[in-house]
Parts: sequence; structure tokens; C-alpha cells
Amino acid sequence: MFDLDKWQEILGTIKKNKLRTLLTGFSVAWGIFMLMVLLGAGNGLSNGVSSNFEGNARNAIWIWSRETSMPYQGYKVGRAIQFTMDDYDAIKKMENIDKISARYWIGDRIYSFGNEYGTYNTQSCHPDYLGIENLIISQGRFLNDIDLEHERKVMVIGEDIRKALFKDTDPIGQFIKVGSVPFKIIGVYTEKDPREGTRQGLIPISTAQRLFNAGNRIHNLALTTTDISKSESEKIEKNIKNDIARRHKFDPEDERAIGLYNSLKDYVQTMNIFSAINMFVWLIGIGTLIAGIVGVSNIMLIVVKERTKEIGIRKALGATPGSIIGLILLESILITAAAGYIGMFLGISLMEGINFAMEAQTQTQVGASGDQGEIRMFMNPTVDLRIAISAMLLLVAAGAFAGYMPAKRAASIRPIEALHDE
Amino acid sequence: MIKISNLHKSYHTGTNSLHVLKGISLDVHQGEFVSIMGSSGSGKSTLLNILGILDNYDSGSYELGGKLIKDMSEKRAAQYRNQTLGFIFQSFNLISFKNAMENVALPLYYQGVPRKKRNKIALEYLDRLGLLNWADHMPNEMSGGQKQRVAIARALISQPKVILADEPTGALDTQTSYEVMDILKKINKQDITIIIVTHEHDIAAMTDKIIKLRDGVIGDMIINGELASFKKSYTKDKAIL
Repeated sequence: MFDLDKWQEILGTIKKNKLRTLLTGFSVAWGIFMLMVLLGAGNGLSNGVSSNFEGNARNAIWIWSRETSMPYQGYKVGRAIQFTMDDYDAIKKMENIDKISARYWIGDRIYSFGNEYGTYNTQSCHPDYLGIENLIISQGRFLNDIDLEHERKVMVIGEDIRKALFKDTDPIGQFIKVGSVPFKIIGVYTEKDPREGTRQGLIPISTAQRLFNAGNRIHNLALTTTDISKSESEKIEKNIKNDIARRHKFDPEDERAIGLYNSLKDYVQTMNIFSAINMFVWLIGIGTLIAGIVGVSNIMLIVVKERTKEIGIRKALGATPGSIIGLILLESILITAAAGYIGMFLGISLMEGINFAMEAQTQTQVGASGDQGEIRMFMNPTVDLRIAISAMLLLVAAGAFAGYMPAKRAASIRPIEALHDE
Repeated sequence: MIKISNLHKSYHTGTNSLHVLKGISLDVHQGEFVSIMGSSGSGKSTLLNILGILDNYDSGSYELGGKLIKDMSEKRAAQYRNQTLGFIFQSFNLISFKNAMENVALPLYYQGVPRKKRNKIALEYLDRLGLLNWADHMPNEMSGGQKQRVAIARALISQPKVILADEPTGALDTQTSYEVMDILKKINKQDITIIIVTHEHDIAAMTDKIIKLRDGVIGDMIINGELASFKKSYTKDKAIL
């Protein structure tokens, strides 16, 4: 296969036929380039939107209480529903519930440590909250069952609080004052998604209920389901609703009595849209690729036609049909591979460039606004290299195939006839 | 050198069949200089194709250098062409994007001779035809006579036993035609068999034997002694014109 002389012959031919080479190369490079840009853009859109789901578990359900809007069993409209730990216990026992945490908000308080202070939000929860919110523990540990049992005055603080109040001091084991109540810091959390913010102190729910005289009242419930489908998730949603309605005596059809947000439903919906968009992008991409293939095939047909005379000469001088086909095919493969590589390189460079610029922009935005960024629609618009390379190989193979038929025909024509064809 | 007996060839296009060669028998000895004449459609191109192993024949036999050429694979045919035959064409048929030296060296490429060596040999042959200074020139920078001389050098480089020339002077003026014929004659002196197809009587008259084809059979064969009178009759014709 590797015959230096053969390659010299091919390179010589390419060098002397620049326009032909350029035309073939351009159609291939353009096809691959467009494919890269399209797939990159599709990926960017999909990455951007799915990144918005990163802050929380994808199969999480949030439930909060509201006021009834329908009369039921003699109760009047406008009755406020109050969740308690009984709701927590009842829902925890239901099927397909993975993690569950009740929450009780204490609201904004002044946090102080030494001479540093600031206003932060305090929230109480169960240990499962870690997995529901997808928090990352960067230092120390999260709340555990023993903390709850003993109603310990311990707190997990957000990274922003640590930065603001503790600076270089190791916060673990230190006492932070919330209002006038000291809490022992046991851990620091961060968020995967910086836009979620880390400006909260998390304490055990039992501690909060005792300290703030809440009895067994809670504000809301957050839970995740075990690995289940969308329809099953909807069933759970309904079961929970019915259960709460039964215990709090409101009409199960009452849409306003409690609030419920199912992230899986949202996630699945969004992902459905994205698989549709993805399919569309692929459709266009394949269309572009086919256009490229047709372009290459056309040019190969013309090339062979144009070279009929040369092929006749070569045959008369002792070229075997195999060597003629080899000459044309290798030239075609060489051109399409090189051009495909250039197209791929340019396409990937462009997408990586956009990615780089966007990331730099996000960095400055996050730096300027502290933590909260807007919802991202476009992120990391890059293409899987494997897809890029297989697309290129496909195009090269198509070019070779397109060249093969006319090359074979040209190799079998009678030289004298080819040479008389003026 | 070449022995053909009762050669038949017909072409089939769709339902039509065209019987081109209708039983040709011919002997060409080594070192002979033969010309084939005939009006268009008489089968001279077909005969040349078969002689050049560029086409198959239906029945009869064709021996080249004592070897029967029949139903050869394309690959074997190509090798045989490369080693025993040299071709010269009416329209020179140089490869336009190769310079004179590269054109001459091409047959050696198909013999697997390394680049440097074949280019050196090509220069020798160009020198022999007085074109050494034109080695770097592209075909379109040369005159018709020069191009044909490059083509002759190319036909000679593989040291063939037989040179087949299809209207070698057809695109040249009289003066240049005669120069080319002189070169061919010189080559013929080196015991290389030459067969040319031509429709020009004066060119044919310079060869040792004229074979006239008519409707797929050999109509006339004029050899040595009769050539003088052929020449005369031809010259007389011309004078009247």
C-alpha cells in the first residue's frame, strides 16, 4: 500500500491540478464544517438547558402548603393548610420515596463571628436534604440523625458565609452567633451550580422547632423518588396529594390547597424537547453530509471524465486497471481526508472559541454579581470528537465510493477510443 | 514477430452487431517497417487495438513474439504492453500536466523503476531525439514535431520489440512528417518492428510493406519491389492534382 513512488505520482497530480483539488476539497471541508457547527450549536443548547437542572436532584418533588379554594365537608373556602411532622412521617412511609426532608424557615438573621457579621438566611431540614438539593460538602460534614435526635445547635454554612465571616480561619468547630444563639459549625457546603447561591445556614429541623417555638409545624417538604419513570412519578405525586388532602380534610381536586413542583416532570419535558431538537439537528447535519457526499461524487465523476484521455495514455503505456483505479481513488481519499480534517479543525476551533468566550463571560458575570447568574440557555457548544471523526470517515468513504464506479469504468475503456475522444 | 491468422472481430451495440474484421491473416517479421492503410471504417483502428493488446478478438489467433495473445487478463495485457510494445499517436497524447522528462519516464514508472533512475534514463532518450534542452518544458510549450519526438522517446524508453503508431504524422506538416519518419526509420534500423496506421500515401511509401484494408479484409499488400512503382504512381497522382 505504501509506495513512495505512487504517492509522489499522486501528489504531483494534485499539485498540477489545483482548481480540481480545491473544488473537491471545498465541498468536503464545508460539509464537515457545517456539521460541526450544527452539532456544536445543538449540543450547546442542550448542555445549557440541562445545566439548569444540575442544582437539584432531577427526580425531586417539592410540596408546600397554601389555602383551600373549594369548600369541603363543611369547611369554608380560604382555610390555611399547615403541614406538621405528621405529614413528613406519613409521606416518608409511602412507596418509592427515596429521600425526604421537611423544612422550616427561620428567615434572615444576623450572623456574627468575631468582628465579622452579615445577614443570612437560616433554614432547618433533615439530613436527606443534602441529596435533594445536590449540595457538595467542601469541609466537615452535613447534618445527621444524631444531630436531630439531640436537637444539637449545629450548623452547616454556605461557602459565601464562610468567605465573608471566617476569611482564612478554619470554620469547623467554631461557634457562629445567629441573632444571640450560638451554633457550632460542623460543615461548609457549596453548590454545583454557582447560580444557586450559598448564602444559607442549615440547622437540624428539631433544633429549629424547639428554639423558635414551632412545635411540630413545618413549612414545606422536599423529597426525591427512587429511580422511576415519569408516569410513575406522576402517580406518586397524586398519591401524596390525596394523602395530604385526606389528613388535612380538603377536596383532593382542590388545586390551590397545596403547591407541588415535580422536577422530573419538568426535566423529562425539557429533555423531550431536546431530543426533538437533537433529532432535528442530526437531520440537518445528515442532510449537509449528504450534500457534501453528492458534491464529492459529482466532482469525482467530472474528474474521471476529464481524465479519460490521461487514463487512456497511462493504459497504453502499461498501467494495469488496478493501478488506474488506485491512482484515482487514492487521490480522492487524500483530498477528502485532508479537506475533511481542515473542515473539522475549523468547525471545532470555532465552537471551542465560542465556548471559551462564553466561559470567560460567565466568569466575569459571576464575579460581578456575586453568585446569582441568569438562566443559561447555551453552554459548552462542543462536538464529540468521535462523531466528528466518524462523519469525516463517512465522507471520505463516500468520496472513494463515488470515485470508484467511474474510475472502474474509465479503467476498462479501450485506450485507442479514449485517445480519439478529442 | 507478429503472426495473425484468420482474425475476426465484431462489435455489439444493443441488438446491432458490426462485423469489423472478417478474417485477417498477416505476418510481420522482426525488424519490418509496415504500414496499414484503409479508409475509415475499414477496420485499421480495430486491428491496431488488437495488435496493441488493447482489445480482444472473437476468433482466429494472434501471436506476438511467439506467444499466443488470447483472453489475457487486463493485468497481464498491461504488463505485456508495457514490456513489448511502444505506442505513438496522432495527437501525441502527452500528459498535459507533466513535463517532457516525466512524460518520457512514465512507462518506466509502470515497470517499477525508481524515480531518479527513470528520470535519468528519460533524459538520455530525450537527448537522443535532440530534446535535452526541452526536458523541463510542458507539452503546451512545444511544437507538434517536438511533442511527437517526446512521444517517440516515451515509446522507446521501455525498449519495446514492436512500435505501434496510429497516424503518427496526421497532425504534422509535411516537413515535420518527414523528419518524424526519418526518426522512425532510424529506430527501425535498430531491429525494432514498426507498424504504422496512416492514410497518407507518401508516408506509407516510406515503409517496407503496405497493407491495404478494405471492409475488414486485406485488400492489397504491396511489398518491397512494388513499392517503387507505388511511390511513382502516388507521386504521379499528386502531380496531376
